[in-house]
Amino acid sequence: MAATITIEPKMHKQPTAVDEKRETILQTEDLSIYYGDNQAVKHANLDIEKHAITALIGPSGCGKSTFLRSINRMNDLIPVSWNEGKIMYEGVDILSKNINTIALRKEIGMVFQKPNPFPKSVYNNITHALRFYGNRKKKQLDEIVEESLRKAALWDEIKDRLHDSALSLSGGQQQRLCIARTLAMEPNVLLLDEPSSALDPISNAKIEELILQLKEDYSIVIVTHNMQQASRISDKTAFFLNGSVIEYGETEKIFTNPDQEKTEDYISGRFG
Amino acid sequence: MVAREQFQVELTALRGQIISLAHETEKMLEKAMEALYNQDIELANEIIAYDEQLDEKELKINEDAILMIARQQPVATDLRRLIIALRISSDLERMGDNAKNIAKAAIHLGENHGLTIHPALNDMKQTALKMVDLSVKAFEYEDITLARKLAELDDLVDNMYGEVVREMLEETATNPQKIQHIMQMAFSARYIERFADHTTNIGESILYLVKGETLDLNK
Repeated sequence: MAATITIEPKMHKQPTAVDEKRETILQTEDLSIYYGDNQAVKHANLDIEKHAITALIGPSGCGKSTFLRSINRMNDLIPVSWNEGKIMYEGVDILSKNINTIALRKEIGMVFQKPNPFPKSVYNNITHALRFYGNRKKKQLDEIVEESLRKAALWDEIKDRLHDSALSLSGGQQQRLCIARTLAMEPNVLLLDEPSSALDPISNAKIEELILQLKEDYSIVIVTHNMQQASRISDKTAFFLNGSVIEYGETEKIFTNPDQEKTEDYISGRFG
Repeated sequence: MVAREQFQVELTALRGQIISLAHETEKMLEKAMEALYNQDIELANEIIAYDEQLDEKELKINEDAILMIARQQPVATDLRRLIIALRISSDLERMGDNAKNIAKAAIHLGENHGLTIHPALNDMKQTALKMVDLSVKAFEYEDITLARKLAELDDLVDNMYGEVVREMLEETATNPQKIQHIMQMAFSARYIERFADHTTNIGESILYLVKGETLDLNK
């Protein structure tokens, strides 16, 4: 029965993941990416955290995939693509000319929307790149195959089919094989471009579970059109619109109480 | 830029159900007090029967909101809109119960009890009705300024309640033979006070909707 009517916050703002501090593994500094005259990413400044899952969301054409691809220089393959700004990784600007992109892509691996296994056996899919780099010891390769498949939560399902064609696997298994193939290179960062959008709900759930497990050992950046997926698995979310980062923050905040109206409209399905 | 039209349509319908439920609790309190003052047992019985309809309407709101959560998978403000629909409908149901309890008190008092119902109960009722009105407007316009005003009115009701109960206690000392009747009156005052408390809960729900935080309006 207090006479005062001032409203004091009560029972909220308990310490949550919001207050967690993680190390940064990648930083983009004023990153702009162009295709010819068209600026696809505009002055992005994002700190990607170590051992965290960062989701990039936004409508088609917002620049999120271009941003993702720039992190391991996949945009180099597009002749009209050029960029400004920096992407700092372990103290080095990976956009600088003298970067060995092959070595970079070992460190920063990528998995694409559609499973793209080589038309080879499961075993050879994983060992192909290792052999290319000169590793020909059978025992060692066997170990890497098993370890990569275990990490990709695929070993138990296909350990008896290692010499079958990868193309005989289901879509979900093929995608986990692609993840295993990337893991075999012992990367630090995993870039996932809509890795489960072409999969059925069960395979999707397996991929999500896998991504959560991989967080222990890798830093993950994922582009997804699936809002529930972003809210379920990511620690941080960046919302892109027309090439700009509109809002970047803890996923919990972005999906419950975003600061920007545009973010709210997008995650609520009001445009995009 | 309005996409998700189906969701908007369903949300508007749900909000309509809540507003109409609120108006019904208002009517129930008004009628219950009328029964109490006029010793109208028939009216009191009608109110008790009517409460069942109110319960069904609350259930319908709950079912609709849960279905919308499952089918539309709302997030952020949209999700909070449905969460508060569940909370507010439960508050309204309890407000209906409070009105019903006043009707029961009227029945316990019976006809020709020869007791004057304390006029402060009527004042409490007027303020409580004003609070329903305010909470409905705050809900309709998602207006936190209106929601916050409920705290002021609630203090008023609390003070009136304290006063009434103190006076009635004194009266039991001088008229111990009337203690049963006075108790019923004191209970009724308590029901109005609880009724008003629930409207402040509605205000808190609106603050939660708009700010995404839990705040206390009832201290």
